[in-house]
Amino acid sequence: MTAALIEVRGLSVAIGGRTVVSDVDFALGNGERLAVLGRNGAGKTTLLHTLAGLRKPLGGSIRLCGEQMSALAPRRIAQLRGVLLQQQIDAFPASVLETALVGRHPWLERWAWESAADARTARAALAAVGLADLEERDVHTLSGGERQRLALATLLTQEPQLALLDEPLSHLDLNHQIAVLQLLGQRARDAGMGMITVMHDVNLARRHADRALLLFGDGRVEQGPVADVLNATTLTQLYGHPLRRIDAGGSDYFIPE
Amino acid sequence: MPSRRRALLVIAVLLLAALLSLAGALLVGSYTISPGEVWARLTGANGGIGGDIVLGLRLPRALAAFACGGLLALAGALMQVLLRNPLADPYVLGVSGGAAVGALSAMLFGLPLIVIHGGSFVGALAAMLTVFGLARGDGSWTQSRLLLTGVIVAAGCGAGVALILSVAPEQKLHSMLFWLMGDLSHAGSPWPALAVLAIGLALVVPLARDLNLLSRGDLVAHTLGVKVRGLRAAVYALGSLLTAVAVTTTGSVGFIGLVVPHLVRLTIGNDQRVLLPATALAGGALLVVADTLARTVIAPQQLPVGVLTALLGVPVFLYLLSRQPKGGRE
Repeated sequence: MTAALIEVRGLSVAIGGRTVVSDVDFALGNGERLAVLGRNGAGKTTLLHTLAGLRKPLGGSIRLCGEQMSALAPRRIAQLRGVLLQQQIDAFPASVLETALVGRHPWLERWAWESAADARTARAALAAVGLADLEERDVHTLSGGERQRLALATLLTQEPQLALLDEPLSHLDLNHQIAVLQLLGQRARDAGMGMITVMHDVNLARRHADRALLLFGDGRVEQGPVADVLNATTLTQLYGHPLRRIDAGGSDYFIPE
Repeated sequence: MPSRRRALLVIAVLLLAALLSLAGALLVGSYTISPGEVWARLTGANGGIGGDIVLGLRLPRALAAFACGGLLALAGALMQVLLRNPLADPYVLGVSGGAAVGALSAMLFGLPLIVIHGGSFVGALAAMLTVFGLARGDGSWTQSRLLLTGVIVAAGCGAGVALILSVAPEQKLHSMLFWLMGDLSHAGSPWPALAVLAIGLALVVPLARDLNLLSRGDLVAHTLGVKVRGLRAAVYALGSLLTAVAVTTTGSVGFIGLVVPHLVRLTIGNDQRVLLPATALAGGALLVVADTLARTVIAPQQLPVGVLTALLGVPVFLYLLSRQPKGGRE
């Protein structure tokens, strides 16, 4: 049996002295997609950063591909898991291709420069997110949605086994939201990439994730297959606003009252 | 697409420019010496007053200018990455302010040159350690906290400088002002500064790809496997030390540390693997040219070199900035 991509035991996470996740267990295998849902400030990003090794948990253990994460070197961690951050801020000018190539950093030796193979990986990732024609453009000239897709291309260039995505759909128009979700789903099926995605759209989570983890903000969580966990009662409780389930020709949708 | 070949080409061109600037500095001056004679003296032929001027005066001064220009430009590039702020320069965190208080105090009491240099270095280190100690605070080490602490320490040092200037006797003011604007006529031996420049480059160039990531933000760097905290502390310490050595040698020459990294960035991009060595070479060459002009344009009187670095750099910088196409860099 191969080790889970990520395995969490008794994890507790706190921010500013407030415990937002308390004593959670879960594991994610190859190709599995987990959606993380919750209100603003419920601790979704903090949880994601903890899983990424960017901050220390309050308690519990995280194993990445079978290894205790706290014992892994940062470079090794970066070869195994990639993170799409919520915001992309560029202080200095850089071209789109250069920015995507940054994803190769964990794989390059100290004195190595990006090879032709690295450039092919980056160009393929840019093509996959629809930025193939923009590789010479300065990142400062990109629109919000284009910058977001470039961040995703950087992550794909990194070729991690586990992707931790913080609101990958923000700034994207409807067409690109679906395209990005399909692209990620394809990576999960074909390459076995596991992903943990912070999302706000319940209906997209229902269709593009296998399991869901709901954060109630006070330490309580609920998790399970999307079909079980995402129901009107739980979601109403989660968002503190009444939601209703609509049946539209065989597939169901949640809409706010 | 970054490539090693392009990097080496850029470095070779700038190396040539640096050598030309040094050659110019040896040839030009109030005492005329032919190029052949300069070459003969450099390659070991004995002699005469020309030899004394080339080897004893012009060469050490030109090398000191090169070293300090390189140190300031490199330190500026490092501070811009550390603070992720294109407006950062080597002086923004108070290192030069501390050095100025130390050097001017020594001048005020009429102490010998070696004490002035010592006071400058001690002042720079004191400012650096103060900022480092205070900015760490809870260990979070954020850019804004570091920047604020540095700016406040620099402001305090500025007040100290103003105080010294206002109580200093008239006949000492001139040399104090020259120190503040940067002046190479009391530079002394260039070798310590050159050695520090070489060591500094040898330390940062292997870290250049990590610095590329750091310039994109701490979180980005962290997610891609950079040990952010250690790297930031190292960059801060190194940038401050390079600055301290430079201001100890020449006084606080302005402009080089802010503008040379930008000049290089506008020309070749922000890849630190090329930018850092290129910045050191370009900064060195610019200060050599500026100093050569400073001692020749209104000879026998000398100008503070800081005035000329700005007069040379500002038009070049504005030209490069206006030349940028709106759409992209290439």
